[in-house]
Amino acid sequence: MPVNKEVKKVLVVGSGPIIIGQAAEFDYAGTQACKSLKEENIEVVLVNSNPATIMTDDNMADRVYIQPLNIEALSYIIDKERPDGLLPTLGGQTGLNIAVELQEAGVLDKYNVKLLGTSLDTIKKAEDRESFKDLMKEIKEPVPKSQIVCNLEEGEAFVKEIGFPVIIRPAYTLGGTGGGIAHNDEELKDILHKGLLHSRINQVLLEQSVAGWKEIEYEVMRDSNDTCIVVCNMENLDPVGVHTGDSIVVAPSQTLRDEEYHMLRTSAIKIIRALEIEGGCNVQYALNPESMEYLVIEVNPRVSRSSALASKAAGYPIAKIAAKIAIGMNLHEIPNYVTKKTMASFEPALDYVVTKIPKWPFDKFSYANRKLGTQMKATGEVMAIDRTFESSFLKAVISLEGKGNGLRSPKLEMLSQDEVLDKLHICDDKRVFVVAEALRKGISTEEIFDITKIDPWFINKIGNIVNIENRLEAEELTVELLHKAESSGFTDPEIVDLSGESMETLDTLRRAHNLYPVYKMVDTCAAEFESATPYYYSTFETEDENEITKNKKIIVIGSGPIRIGQGIEFDYCSVHAAWGIQNAGYESIIINNNPETVSTDFDTADKLYFEPLYIEDVYNVIRKETPQGVIVQFGGQTAINLAPKLLKRGVQILGTSVESIDVAEDRKRFERLLRELNIKQPKGAAVNNLRDAIATARNIGFPVLVRPSYVIGGRAMQVVYDENGLKSYLKEAASLSSGHPILIDQYIEGKEVEVDAISDRNDILIPGIMEHIERTGVHSGDSFCAYPTQTISQKVLDTLVDYTAKLAKALQVIGLMNIQFVVKDEEVYVIEVNPRASRTVPILSKVTKVPMVDLAIKAILGENLEDLGYGTGLKPSSNLVAVKAPVFSFQKLNDVDVALTPEMKSTGEVLGVDNTYDRALIKAFKGAGFAFPQSGCLLVSLKPEAREESLNTIKEFIDLGFKVIATKHTGEFYQQKGLDVELIDRHDSQLIEQKIKAGEITMSLNIPTLGKNPKRSGFKIRAIAEQYKIPGFTSLDTINAYLVALKSLKDNSDLTYETIDFYINKSLLKIKK
Amino acid sequence: MKAYILLEDGTTIEGTSFGAQKTVMGEIVFNTGMTGYQEVLTDPSYAGQVVVMTYPLIGNYGVNLDDVQSESIKVNGFVVKEYCEMESNWKSTGNLSDYLKDNDIFAIADVDTRMLTKKIRKQGTMNCIVTTEEITDELMDKLDKYKFPVDVVANVSRKQKEIIPAPGKKVGILDFGVKSYIIKYLKQLGCEIHIYPWNTSAKAILNDKLDAILFSNGPGDPKDVQEAVATAGNLIGKLPIFCICLGHQIVSLALGADTYKLKFGHRGSNHPVIDKRNNRVTMTSQNHGYAVSDKGLPDNIQVTHVNVNDNTIEGYSCPDLNIHSVQFHPEAGPGPEDASYLFKEWVESIGGGK
Repeated sequence: MPVNKEVKKVLVVGSGPIIIGQAAEFDYAGTQACKSLKEENIEVVLVNSNPATIMTDDNMADRVYIQPLNIEALSYIIDKERPDGLLPTLGGQTGLNIAVELQEAGVLDKYNVKLLGTSLDTIKKAEDRESFKDLMKEIKEPVPKSQIVCNLEEGEAFVKEIGFPVIIRPAYTLGGTGGGIAHNDEELKDILHKGLLHSRINQVLLEQSVAGWKEIEYEVMRDSNDTCIVVCNMENLDPVGVHTGDSIVVAPSQTLRDEEYHMLRTSAIKIIRALEIEGGCNVQYALNPESMEYLVIEVNPRVSRSSALASKAAGYPIAKIAAKIAIGMNLHEIPNYVTKKTMASFEPALDYVVTKIPKWPFDKFSYANRKLGTQMKATGEVMAIDRTFESSFLKAVISLEGKGNGLRSPKLEMLSQDEVLDKLHICDDKRVFVVAEALRKGISTEEIFDITKIDPWFINKIGNIVNIENRLEAEELTVELLHKAESSGFTDPEIVDLSGESMETLDTLRRAHNLYPVYKMVDTCAAEFESATPYYYSTFETEDENEITKNKKIIVIGSGPIRIGQGIEFDYCSVHAAWGIQNAGYESIIINNNPETVSTDFDTADKLYFEPLYIEDVYNVIRKETPQGVIVQFGGQTAINLAPKLLKRGVQILGTSVESIDVAEDRKRFERLLRELNIKQPKGAAVNNLRDAIATARNIGFPVLVRPSYVIGGRAMQVVYDENGLKSYLKEAASLSSGHPILIDQYIEGKEVEVDAISDRNDILIPGIMEHIERTGVHSGDSFCAYPTQTISQKVLDTLVDYTAKLAKALQVIGLMNIQFVVKDEEVYVIEVNPRASRTVPILSKVTKVPMVDLAIKAILGENLEDLGYGTGLKPSSNLVAVKAPVFSFQKLNDVDVALTPEMKSTGEVLGVDNTYDRALIKAFKGAGFAFPQSGCLLVSLKPEAREESLNTIKEFIDLGFKVIATKHTGEFYQQKGLDVELIDRHDSQLIEQKIKAGEITMSLNIPTLGKNPKRSGFKIRAIAEQYKIPGFTSLDTINAYLVALKSLKDNSDLTYETIDFYINKSLLKIKK
Repeated sequence: MKAYILLEDGTTIEGTSFGAQKTVMGEIVFNTGMTGYQEVLTDPSYAGQVVVMTYPLIGNYGVNLDDVQSESIKVNGFVVKEYCEMESNWKSTGNLSDYLKDNDIFAIADVDTRMLTKKIRKQGTMNCIVTTEEITDELMDKLDKYKFPVDVVANVSRKQKEIIPAPGKKVGILDFGVKSYIIKYLKQLGCEIHIYPWNTSAKAILNDKLDAILFSNGPGDPKDVQEAVATAGNLIGKLPIFCICLGHQIVSLALGADTYKLKFGHRGSNHPVIDKRNNRVTMTSQNHGYAVSDKGLPDNIQVTHVNVNDNTIEGYSCPDLNIHSVQFHPEAGPGPEDASYLFKEWVESIGGGK
């Protein structure tokens, strides 16, 4: 059937802020869907609260609403737009949940909006455990023995029946929030409790555990005419027991025979037919490694993280096709976008192996629990492609940007065989490194399999890698051995290190025998048909099928996996860079390794190389393409770190020079520069040992801000208040950056202001300045912040612009730069200068309508800002006000302190947009998931320094009718000041938990003395608040902002939910008046 | 040990032997299935061919006794990117290399199979010589003179009639190299199965009072088995006829249609076939180098199935003559089981399958 003629206008719902379990893959899906619908002349309306996405760009939909994803906002928008259909299957779990809520609230019926792709009934059948079980029974598909429970007693009764271990899965949650495996009564109680809380419908599934079985996934598509295809199947290296988002995954499956492959394929098709899904669906299986027995574990009736991976792995754009199916098209009517000759009604044939490895935040949170289970912890992932498993796997390992250059870890090498055996029992992020070390230490494949249940096939493949390591150590480095190592994915430093040969010898051998990788295409059809996709991977083979054009071209280095501190915003910038390069008449080429993102969509740039962002791999592409230059300023620290290495190899870095980057990053050089420019900065010094550290800190005066040099996202940055704090910090951080000194700075408590600018070397354009709501000491990524500034004087603004211009000129910045300032007593200090794109670029581009990346590209290519039509200097702000709120994923990460510190912890952000600060603030809070109850009870526990300042806040809450409970010292302080507060023992975490559970405490304000120590009472209180999802504030500034929003909500019951243009134009009208 | 492939166009490719030491000639073709190498190796339709697997890792799950499509390996040679020495699967009884050697089959690894596949795609199916010896002028001459054998069907067909008794409908199979999964499906439907050597006369078949006859898959050019075409001519209209692959081409010739050689054939597990009656597309397993031309097909034939990729005829039915015919492999082995319902439909159409 062609396009359903009744559907002319479609509302697409995004997935909101990036959180663990719901990341950039939904920007990719949403962007694809919008493009796909527009191709069919459908009018597209998009709603998403996440401003850092490509999908919320103006040109992606006919109208874009950056507004909270809640009933209130969606109802408003539906009322205004009157769409014919709602597409909920591309916005992750958030999208599905909001669709269900809208349906249940009667909104869809009221406005006659058709749910596209998947019916409400289907969502319920797939997501409601009991109905899913019934359906599976009906179509005779096996599921694990299980029971829905709504309370602890039911749970215990069921476990008595089936025994431990049991898996606990809450219904309607993201990334398995609140789930886990219980091996005993105590664990059962604990996990069940949390699970019930997290489920939207207070339902939890207890399930027979098949931990140790193979975990296999199928990505299925179906159209309304009942044609079904499987895009890709995937095998988890980690057996059942580890969340698939935390598992190493390969595509296609490696250890399944044809009969097994098709048994599960047939089952997956049966399931998508029974659910009557029109679009994409993901089915997860547990397969007994000793028989044909299998169980259906989970079905996602929507586009998912796995489908993004499958799309990139197979070259089959699932979201794009799903959108077409949703408006009535059939698979055989939709072209295969890769071959352009065949149709979408086929199954991709891969002629390579794809490996995905999750990227976990444990390098940042060194104290977090690294154990992997049914609750996902990874923030992002990397993918690699090659024609052997060994190389595909090693490329993925390298893409993680870890410490080593291969699969070896000095820490593990030091362990005894017994210690390694013990470690094999622990399933954490280091597991494959431990498996490799076990093999090195002579532990057999069988023994490793017995402990880990990782299929011997994978263990033997890792064994092949270890064998090559051994050969490199033992044998002479011949051409054959070098070729073996290179084609198995070994990096040069690893080969040099193992063989003891010099880099020169290696290079000589390589040159003499032409040992360079060739490039092959991802073409969906294993070369059966001629293909037009410019999507390549490197491999050591005979034929190079890379078609190098004679065009002028520029390469953009991407930002790799999403991690805390380097998120989707850099993908946003990379994508715009590629577009900007195209607009300027050059061929654009992207190198990146993140399968979730828009930048690795094969139709974003003119050419895509799916490669590790490792110097050799990047350089090999450059050697082949000989571009005019390479741009590193949009790919975050990952790309910046490559710059000096590329320069050393003679590569032309376009834009700001590597020299300038170094001046900005090298403390001494930067200090000198600021002195020359007569710009103030907090006093500070770089130190290499404890003695110097203490002397420096004394000299500057406590409190001081300490951090290692060369880091991403303020890793391990902390404010310390005394010598003891300093000592314990240095003990912990010393190993964090060996070779790099520790930085100690004066901590100036003031307002933090962030400036993003475009510079053409002579002029600058500042589209807007953002003011942080929290004072200094909170990482900029974790702060609420407002555009335009709300409390900064004109004099200070002038100084900011002046400093920015001076710095841009002095550093000869060409392209983007970001500067963070502290303002105290009208005095401006520079904290840091980043001569690259920043987190705030997407937000500012959207709210100021200045296409920042595009202008940066033009500047890089030699144009003058003056001529580009957006002016120079600070762009005057309109009456639009935007507030950014950070969003955290603490519920996924046990043992991470939720308190705001200089160390970044948030995973995503939302934007509130309106015409006044108060209203924008309300929306930012709402978008971030805060509720505004008109009464309740606030639990307060503050460090002594903060008590005096908090008095007003507490008074206001009491005046508003809130009850206040405080811990002993804090409470006594308030009582002395005549405030009516109740006392509670801060050590009695059980009582506090009870009260929170019973709804007697509804909000928490907790400002830590030290933080980070899970044994301290404050940590516990903060953790409990987070687990029970009550608003937990750890900064007075945040709660004060919340108070502003809470109070003004009363006068703003008529909130509007409009597009950015609406607020800008509205203000223009006002100005005309 | 080194091994070589020499193509008709003069291309020489070097690799590593992991099968028998020998020199053989054949037609080089590629298969895009990601699983199912043992089924491919034992599929009689590949007789006379050297098969290139496009999936790079082959041998991962070893070999076993159940996945075979006939009692021995039928390909002339086997070409892969990487042979997996350490297989892993609960059902495996041994590794692929030993299996090939035991069957005296040439096999070569470490080949850029994607390059080779593209060559075949561009130039069409070629003859080749594969060897564990050095390539010499003599071998080149030999290859120049090589002609694909016309007796491949005779070589893979049963020499004796075989009966598998059962209480259900009596279905005959004309064995041009029948795959074991075809027999398996008919067995599952309770049929009594009579399997005839390829050159059995129509009279002998009619004498057995069958409820239907199935013209099986098989290797080579349908025009090389004129005897079978004649047999088909004598059976049409007298018995319900089901056809698969080569059987489909033979019966088409008997109906007066023509067949032609495809440039590089259809071999794999992902071939989309649309059922014209409901516009539903099914993924099918395919393995054929020839196709039926629509020119010359009688008017009372309704083309039911068409290949979505290249619009070639994939199946038809003729109610008047009671013929149901498909080009693809509903029995899978290897490949998707989506079309297996056809066996049920066929057997039900003659009143069986209960």
